[in-house]
Amino acid sequence: MIGLGFVYAVAGATFAAFAGSAFLDRSNPKRFGTAAFHALIALSFLAGDRLGDIGNGVLVLALVALAGTGAMGRGAADGGAVNGRVHGNRLFLPALIIPLVALAGTLLRPDWIDPKQVTLVSLTLGVLAALIACYAWFRPAIAAPIDAGRQLMDGVGWAAVLPQMLAALGAVFALAGVGEVVGGLAGRAIPDGNLFMAVLVYALGMAGFTIVMGNAFAAFPVMTAAIGIPVLVRGFGGDPALIAAIGMLAGFCGTLLTPMAANFNLVPAVLLDLKDRNAVIRAQAPTAIVLLAVNILLIYFLGFRT
Amino acid sequence: MLVLSGILVVALGFVLRFNPLLVVTAAALVTGLAAGLEPLAILAAFGKAFNDTRYVTIIYIVLPVIGILERQGLQARARGLVAAMRGATVGRLLLGYLLFRQVTAALGLTSVAGHPQTVRPLVAPMAEAAAATQGFDAEARERVKALAAGTDNIGLFFGEDIFIAIGSILLIKGTMAQYGYDIAPIHLSLWAIPTAIAALIVHGGRLLWLDRRMGRRNKARR
Repeated sequence: MIGLGFVYAVAGATFAAFAGSAFLDRSNPKRFGTAAFHALIALSFLAGDRLGDIGNGVLVLALVALAGTGAMGRGAADGGAVNGRVHGNRLFLPALIIPLVALAGTLLRPDWIDPKQVTLVSLTLGVLAALIACYAWFRPAIAAPIDAGRQLMDGVGWAAVLPQMLAALGAVFALAGVGEVVGGLAGRAIPDGNLFMAVLVYALGMAGFTIVMGNAFAAFPVMTAAIGIPVLVRGFGGDPALIAAIGMLAGFCGTLLTPMAANFNLVPAVLLDLKDRNAVIRAQAPTAIVLLAVNILLIYFLGFRT
Repeated sequence: MLVLSGILVVALGFVLRFNPLLVVTAAALVTGLAAGLEPLAILAAFGKAFNDTRYVTIIYIVLPVIGILERQGLQARARGLVAAMRGATVGRLLLGYLLFRQVTAALGLTSVAGHPQTVRPLVAPMAEAAAATQGFDAEARERVKALAAGTDNIGLFFGEDIFIAIGSILLIKGTMAQYGYDIAPIHLSLWAIPTAIAALIVHGGRLLWLDRRMGRRNKARR
């Protein structure tokens, strides 16, 4: 049965290849730092479970040191031969292999795939199938896909590991009891018996804590413990399923507004070569703010009907 | 109260534009020390959580495929496809993508699309091509590309919770169970639907409004 181990092996091999490609890229003035960064991510994927907690901590510190001292750079963009006319619309086929294989794996759930990891495994199989198709069809130099992928990766840079770093920060916050303190403060901000204010603080707290942590998953347990359960469900007799489900969506509105959610907001700005790093957040903000208001009203009007 | 200093470090670090990886590490250290944790215990907790969440970083394995396809001219093809389409506008195109993203995410197919897989190679170039035929200037075209990325996020976030086995639904179920509320995932999924519809109306409305505004400006110029 193939599972997460297979996925991490493929990811580790990919980053190891990125490291090699970056090392050989003489157009990048900081090729050694860039190569070291990719090599450390490869090490994390391939051997993370054998490094121990402290070992992984040291690995993270090394990544931070490379990023924080500006040791990483990007090479000259190699436009390559852009000849879309030659291949016509068949060029879309390899790109469609990835979602189609991911789709087939998720729907068919074959018994040789670990059922808990079926999405990630199917995605990985789709990527491998698409890569094989590209080699068979275009007959590129063996390193060409790696070089092309590494050029895109150079643009992403340190932002690639920010989501993992934030999850790690969340773990330290949990250990230190930050959630209880924030929750206590938020709980005290509600005037006694005022349902609307309670809903407002719950939803805004969910979005606000998400903005700081870059992830609604960190905010949800905190606000649920502080206001969701004691005030809204037990105090005002609200519907626990509705309050929890829509509360999480209020947190998602916060995700749309924060640069800390790097993989959703900063990485696409880099991938699309946008001049303004916050352009994606600006484009999302009006929708996010209206939807936050919608969520507050949904909880207030639908959550306490009994 | 002292343990909140980490939040302050995050906020200050971002305002002062330090590297976010440095800021996050400093925030973890300050928070841990304020709570009286041993430095090695902080490092271990930090390393363990980093290792446990590696799955969020695997998406970059698609980059070699996308990179080689782009060298073969994928973006140019995507632009050509839209340029040949009659009546293709930024608003309609992105509205269609929003709907596609919401529906597939609601079926649990969150990784069939995304910024590296679909937005960069396909959706953004298509939206740009439509913007060019609609007469958007260069600055507005930057905004159109950003809007393509934002539309992907909005479709994903307000679609995925309708699927019963997605991470956030399982987290909600687990958290609520700690307080003695045993909630069936289907119940949580149902309450994600009103916001999903609101997202389609609000964001879809913004997209179509963009088309209208552009149409009016073009008329005024003539």
